[in-house]
This record gives sequence, C-alpha cells and structure tokens, in this order.
Amino acid sequence: MGKKLLLANDHIEGIRYFDVYRKNGGYASVEKALKTMTPEQVVEEVKASGLRGRGGAGFPTGMKWSFLAKPEGVPRYLVCNADESEPGTFKDRYLMSRIPHLLIEGMITSSYALGANTSYIYIRGEYFYVARILEQAIDEAYKAGYLGKNILGTNYSLDLYVQVGAGAYICGEETALLESLEGKRGNPRIKPPFPAVAGLYGCPTVVNNVESIAAVVPIVNDGGAAYAEIGVGNSKGTKLISASGHINKPGVYEIELGLPVEEFIYSDEYCGGIRNGKKMKAVVAGGSSVPILPTELILKTAAGEPRLMSYESLGDGGFQTGTMLGSGGFIVMDEDTSIVKNLYTFARFYHHESCGQCSPCREGTGWMEKILHKILHGHGTLEDIDLLWDIQSKIEGKTICPLGEAASWPVAAAIRHFRKEFEDFIRNGEHVKDVKHYYRLHNLPEPTF
Amino acid sequence: MPKVTIDGISIDVPDGTTILQAARMIGGDIVPPAMCYYSKLKTSGGYCRTCLVKVSKGSERDPRPMPKPVASCRTTVMDGMEVQNVTSPEIIEARAGVVEILLANHPLDCPVCDQAGECHLQDLAYEHGKAKTRYDFPRREFARIDIGDKIQLHMNRCILCYRCVKTADQITDGRVHGVINRGDAAEISTYIENAIDNDFSGNVIDVCPVGALTDKTFRFKSRVWFTKPVDAHRDCPTCSGKVRLWYKGEEVLRVTARKDQYGEVEDWICNSCRFDHKNTADWTIEGPTKVDRHSVISANHYDDLKVLKATIDRQRAALPHGHKVEAGHGALNPNNSEKH
Amino acid sequence: MSEKITLEFSPETTEVAKKIVARYPEGKHKSALIPVLHLAQAEFDGWLSVPAMDCVARFLNITPIEVYEVASFYSMFNLKPVGKCVIEVCRTSSCWLNGAEDVARHMEKKLGIKNGQTTADGMFTIKTVECLGSCGTAPMAQIGGDYYENLTMDKVDKLLDTLQAQGQPRYYTKDNPVNLD
Repeated sequence: MGKKLLLANDHIEGIRYFDVYRKNGGYASVEKALKTMTPEQVVEEVKASGLRGRGGAGFPTGMKWSFLAKPEGVPRYLVCNADESEPGTFKDRYLMSRIPHLLIEGMITSSYALGANTSYIYIRGEYFYVARILEQAIDEAYKAGYLGKNILGTNYSLDLYVQVGAGAYICGEETALLESLEGKRGNPRIKPPFPAVAGLYGCPTVVNNVESIAAVVPIVNDGGAAYAEIGVGNSKGTKLISASGHINKPGVYEIELGLPVEEFIYSDEYCGGIRNGKKMKAVVAGGSSVPILPTELILKTAAGEPRLMSYESLGDGGFQTGTMLGSGGFIVMDEDTSIVKNLYTFARFYHHESCGQCSPCREGTGWMEKILHKILHGHGTLEDIDLLWDIQSKIEGKTICPLGEAASWPVAAAIRHFRKEFEDFIRNGEHVKDVKHYYRLHNLPEPTF
Repeated sequence: MPKVTIDGISIDVPDGTTILQAARMIGGDIVPPAMCYYSKLKTSGGYCRTCLVKVSKGSERDPRPMPKPVASCRTTVMDGMEVQNVTSPEIIEARAGVVEILLANHPLDCPVCDQAGECHLQDLAYEHGKAKTRYDFPRREFARIDIGDKIQLHMNRCILCYRCVKTADQITDGRVHGVINRGDAAEISTYIENAIDNDFSGNVIDVCPVGALTDKTFRFKSRVWFTKPVDAHRDCPTCSGKVRLWYKGEEVLRVTARKDQYGEVEDWICNSCRFDHKNTADWTIEGPTKVDRHSVISANHYDDLKVLKATIDRQRAALPHGHKVEAGHGALNPNNSEKH
Repeated sequence: MSEKITLEFSPETTEVAKKIVARYPEGKHKSALIPVLHLAQAEFDGWLSVPAMDCVARFLNITPIEVYEVASFYSMFNLKPVGKCVIEVCRTSSCWLNGAEDVARHMEKKLGIKNGQTTADGMFTIKTVECLGSCGTAPMAQIGGDYYENLTMDKVDKLLDTLQAQGQPRYYTKDNPVNLD
C-alpha cells in the first residue's frame, strides 16, 4: 500500500477529538509554522511541494497563493470550499467527519501563510451533521488555544467559522461560493476581477478545497520537497479517491499519484474488482463532469501505455481518447449499465443545478435533458444524437463559469465513445416505448425520477 | 491610451474601456450585439453571451490568445489587444448558437407582442436565426402578471437579462421585484402580489430588450412601424423631461425615453411624464427623431439610406488596402438593403 | 387576500441567530441569511412561508425580496408545506447505478404517495434529490440531519416504521439517526 499522508490515522479510535488527535502528532504544523517560519516561507514550501488543487481543477496551490493581492489595511480571507457536490465525490465528507482537526490544523497554518485573520469553511447544507462535528472540533481548538487571539503566545490571531450552504452544486464554483457566503444567490461572478484581488466582501481571498488545505499539514511538517518525492511528473503527493459504482469495495482511498488504474480497480487493497463477477464497461474517473471512458481506454492510453492515476496520464489523449483526474470521484460501471440512462441522470443533474444566469447553460442543459428523456422513453430519432452533439458544442466555452463545460463534456464523451449504443437504443425503441411517460412529459415539467 | 484592433480596425481608447465600448466608438457592422449590457447600469452585462468575441491577441505584453470566447461587454481592453468579431466564422457560429438557445424557450409571440419592430431579439434572430426551431418540447410557461397598474410582465418572453432588476435597484428606492428560483425556472417576480410604486419604475419598460415588460397604456394600440417618433421635452420637477413621443396621426400613443442607436436610454424619465401626459399641449416639440439604428421605424426612409451609404463608404475607406470584406449579415452586405 | 400573519423567532432561536450574525464583519450581516433561514425553517414547521421569510427579513434588516430571492434559489429550502419527515432519496450517478430508483419506488408504494407528495397524516414527504456525497454507500437517503446509507428494502421498512411510531419532525438542524442494524 502506498504512503498515507492524510488518512494515516483515520482508524484510531477517537481521532475526531482534540486530545487523541493532539496525542498522535496533531497540530505540530501550527507550532512549526507560527513559531519557526514566516508566512512567506510556508508559501514557498507549498510551492515546492507541487500540490495541485484537489477540488477538481488541479491548479497549482502554491501559485494560487502567490497571486493573493496584499494591499495595506485590507483584510484577507481564506475560504475552504467544502461544498463537495460533484457526483461521485465523497472524500471531503469522509475526511471532515473522521478527522475534523486535520482540516482545522490545515486552515490555521494556511491562514497564517496567507495573512488571513478570519477564515470560513463553507460546507454544503446537506452535510449539516458534518458541520456540527466541525463546530465541535473548532470549539475544542479555541479552548486549547489554537484559535482565537495570540495563538500559542505568538501575535497571530485567527477566527474560524463554519458557514452552511443550502443545496446548490453551483456554489462549489469559487465566485458563486463567495456570493453565497455573502448571503446572496449563488451566481458566479464575471471574472476578472479574480478572488485573489477582489473576493469575499471585495477583499483579497483564496478559496481552496478541503483536501488541498489538509495537505498543507504534511507539507509543512515534512517539507515541500518530501511531498514532491511522492507521485510522478507534475502529479505530486497523494490524492483521496472516492471509489463507487459496481465495485466490491467502494470507499475513500488515499493513493500515491501514479498508481496504475488497473491496480486501483482490481487489487484487493483498493476497489477489489467488479461486483458479482461482471465485466467492466466504463469508468468516470474524476466526477460526473469529466469524460466517461470505455474499459479499453481507461486501462490503457490510446498509444497502448498503461493508464496511471495522475493528472497527465488520465489526461493523455485530450478528450478524444482521455479524461481528467478531476475531483477523483471514480465511478465504475459494469457490463449491464445503460450508458444512455447514466447520461440522463447526469444531464438531469446539470439541468437541476444550473444557476440560470447565462443563456447557453440555462436553456441548453434543460434541452439536453429533455432530449435524453425522449430517447429513454422510446421516442428518440437518430438525428437526436447529432442534435445533442450540437447543443453541447453550443454550451461549451460560451458560459460564465465551468458548469457549462461540466454539462457538455459528459454528453460529448458518451456520444463519442458509445455512439453505437445510442443508435441501438433508438432503433430498438419500440420495446421501451411507454406512452404514459411521454404524455406525462407534456403535463409535468419534471419527470418523477 | 491602450490601442485595440477589432476586425482589423484600430482605435485608441481610455483606460478601462471594454471591448464593446471600443467597438461602439468605432461604430458600424463590427459592433457586437448586446442584449443584457446597459452602459447606464452598473454590473450589467456578461449574461446573455451574444456579445462574445474572440481575442486572438491578449496584449503587447502577453500576446497569447484567450482560450475561450469572451464577453466583450465585460472584458477590458489591454494595449495591443486584437479582437475578432464578424471576421471570425467561429464567433458568427457561436452567436447563431446563442440565438438558437435564447429562442428555445421564447414563445413565438411576435404576432401579438407590442415589442415587434423594435425588438432586439427579433433583430438578432433575423440576422442569425434559422427558419425552423429544433426545440420541439413544450416551452416553460408563467402567468402574465401586472407589476403595478401600468406595467405588464410577460414572463414567458423574458430572456433573464437582469436589466429590469438592476434598473429598479439602482435608480429607484427599494426594490420589490427580483429573480426567483433557479435555472430555467428562474423568473422575474415580486414573489407575492406587490405593486412597484415609485416614480421611476416605468423605465423598466424601456430597458427590456424584448416584449417581457410592456406599457399597459400602449398595449395593442398600434404596431410601432405605423407610429412616428418625435422628440419633445417639458419642464418636469422630477426628471429631465426629455422624451420621445410616438404619434399616430394627431394622437400621442405612448411616451418613452429617448434611446440611442443601441437602444439605450439617454435620460431616465419619471412615470408622470411617461404615463400621465399624452397631450401634445403638455410638450414642447423639438422635431422628428433621427433614427440611426437599423430598424423598421423610420422618420424618413430616404434619410436613413443616406446615413447607411455614408457608413459603408467610411468603413470601406478604413479597411487596409485590398482587404476584402466578407459577405456578412449586416449592413455591409449590399444584398441586405432589402431589409428596409 | 388572506390575513397578514406575523411570525417571530423564539428567544432561543434569537440567541442562536445573534451568535451567527456576530461571525461576520461589521455591516456584512447579510452573510447570516442562509444560516438564519435554516433556523427559520426548523422553527416554523419545516417550510418557509411568506411570514417566515418576512420574519427573517426583519431580523436581518434587509428587504423581503432579498430573502425571497435567496430562499427560492437553494433546493434545501421548502417554500411549500412539507411532512414532518422529508425523505430525500439521492438519484444521481452511483446511487442510480446501485438501485436508487427501486428504493424510491418501494417508498412510494409503502407510503401510498408519489415523489413530491406528502402523506395524508402529514408525516412523510418523498423528494428525490441530486448527489448527496454518499456514493460509496449507495443507495441512500437523507432525512433531516441524518444520512441513511446502504439501504435495502428491509432497512427502508424499518426506518419508515420507526419514524412513523416516533411521530416527531426531523429537521437539518439536529441529527439523531434511527439505528437500522
């Protein structure tokens, strides 16, 4: 099994409580950073580590931190993006509910590095019970002197709060998150200006994913260079993968980047192979927004190289033959899965979550869902496949925020790799024709499921 | 003064100018359409995506092209920037795509919509739309509501440009209507029966680019191309008093603010001027409106053609020597003169 | 036009709400809107009526339309009356792959209602929702603040029977899961 940096202690009983966490080496990075390092030195360590944003975009964290504007007398904020709503992803929930203090420790060290004295953890509303776990842990940290005024006797002070959302995937987009944190509708802002210049309340802000902030702890403890020794190429360190679908052992796995995909899926140390003795058909490697890949392309690149769990290897071949590591929401589908129906659940998701600000996403996501619904109920035509392709190309690249791309990439990939399945489904539509469903489509704005 | 080149035409502009503003300074066919941007409203623009352009060169300092099309109304010009609008087939296609998407849920109300003839969506659809829609599902529907007793909201027609919400927010005190719900269920609404009753609320009728917000006092009275617009003013204690009167024969059918060629009002007017003064005696007439914008409304058709020819001559002269203008959809294509 | 009802927070809720407002810088109390709306929803029978939202608007000193806009944007806020226990069944991706539709249909049959409806005794509402971040333990459902994972038809039966017998409302603001083992 590979090295574990984040979940090394997740099995220890009581690790969610301050005493047990502290006893097992917790909060060492706070002592080290506040007492022996300057904020700039912490930023340098994160840059040296090669850590990339673990929320899905994979932007180098150290570089993002260095963009933070530092005007005199203007407060800076660090906001943790715990909105985790990408279908297939559940790693942040695991981390926050099992080892909340790891996130809090990372928030303190990171806030120190960025010069923020007030930081927020924005957590999706559905994770209300996790928010309570975090608040309890924050209370413990305050009582132990790791939060509040003059932490550990230094002149650094930090207030940390948990903010709950109320059910909107779009609030995972950083500017929509800031809008929601300001008490408004979760509409993404037009960029520029970027949050690093004008973010929360118009002040310089950095927004980072839960896992990225948690990773700052081992980076400060062991040094950025040590972190960079794990992994391959530009994919340094470890990543939490949320494995689900038709596998024997779904769950959260911390892997070293560069692990072969085949080993991840079939080895008993990880997913344990496909359930019920079935064969694998397709995999969505990084959350529903990334292109789906058929078995032959997920295990090997188009050039025949074995595929590795890393940003570069999964991205090999662009979207023609590759995909993205994304959030690491690894969904495995077996041979009995209908790609058409799976795509329908994705299209329905994006339609439901579109904020409605810009026209391509607002109208296009609904249109694609309706066409797929029509196909599913046996009334599709072969032209509908080309129409779907056309609509997704109208959305991609034309929207304010990446939800447009996230809605169009799954459609493009499903058609690109599984066109024959769509055509067969349409041609054999007779056997799935359900007139009742089709008329319900005309009377109800949304199907029952 | 950064310099920007749009479709081969260069101009020096003040710092902070957006690409759209620079294009409007140049004028003519290269100006991207804009359905949600409104120069008088802060934070407007960037939502409808009709003004998308391609930035093929970012600036002198960083000449990399921008990877995706950008909204020209919200992108600031950088020195040395090169932009493609009508000279980029990709952008023309993107615009046609956005138009098709805007029309997906938009009802085919033109035969009964007061805005017909001065509707920006109609103009866009005429230039980029297809003869037949591919959206054959039931369109989303909302009830028609009254916002106050003089303004009617046809939510079916709304394209969610947010201009009315920003107008109410920025030029009136206390907003009672806003955007409810999410995605394509989003609607402009007061949520509960609530009248907007402040003096400048009628301006939402002028800013609406489609026939969603209409003047109840003008409803179904006449098609706009049968009316003659005339500029007038009066001594008004509340607003500037500068309006446009729309006449049919001797009767003033409606009063609106004066709009420029991009459909943007020059001065906001109060409700009293707009709804309560429909007698010629209330006004000092200045003269027939000079209609620059390509439209079916015209004080004098022949005057318009002269302006058009002058525009074409000026554009041709400004192009680099030997540069061929691509047959476009706008005024530069001589075949389009039949639109008049 | 129905009579105008005025709703007010209880003293306990007001205390909690004031603590929430204190988290934000001076003048930025509008950030408290979503957390306070959650409190209001739990206080006023699990849904946000117009008087409930007006109460929030008064508390935070903002215009009612600003509250309506936010409340109608987010899917966790119910703008129509709901049952004491809103059963939110996840329907995306991994949950669908692992039989979420069967779970939802089983619930519909057992309770005699369809998705989006409430039982006649006002106890349950079924609502299918998007990914709840529990894909590894699919299929699953959320009721109030509790996640019920790895659902089987037997577990569903036990869960619904227990909740019916308890007869208590379940809101996001508290968690106290029913033991299904």
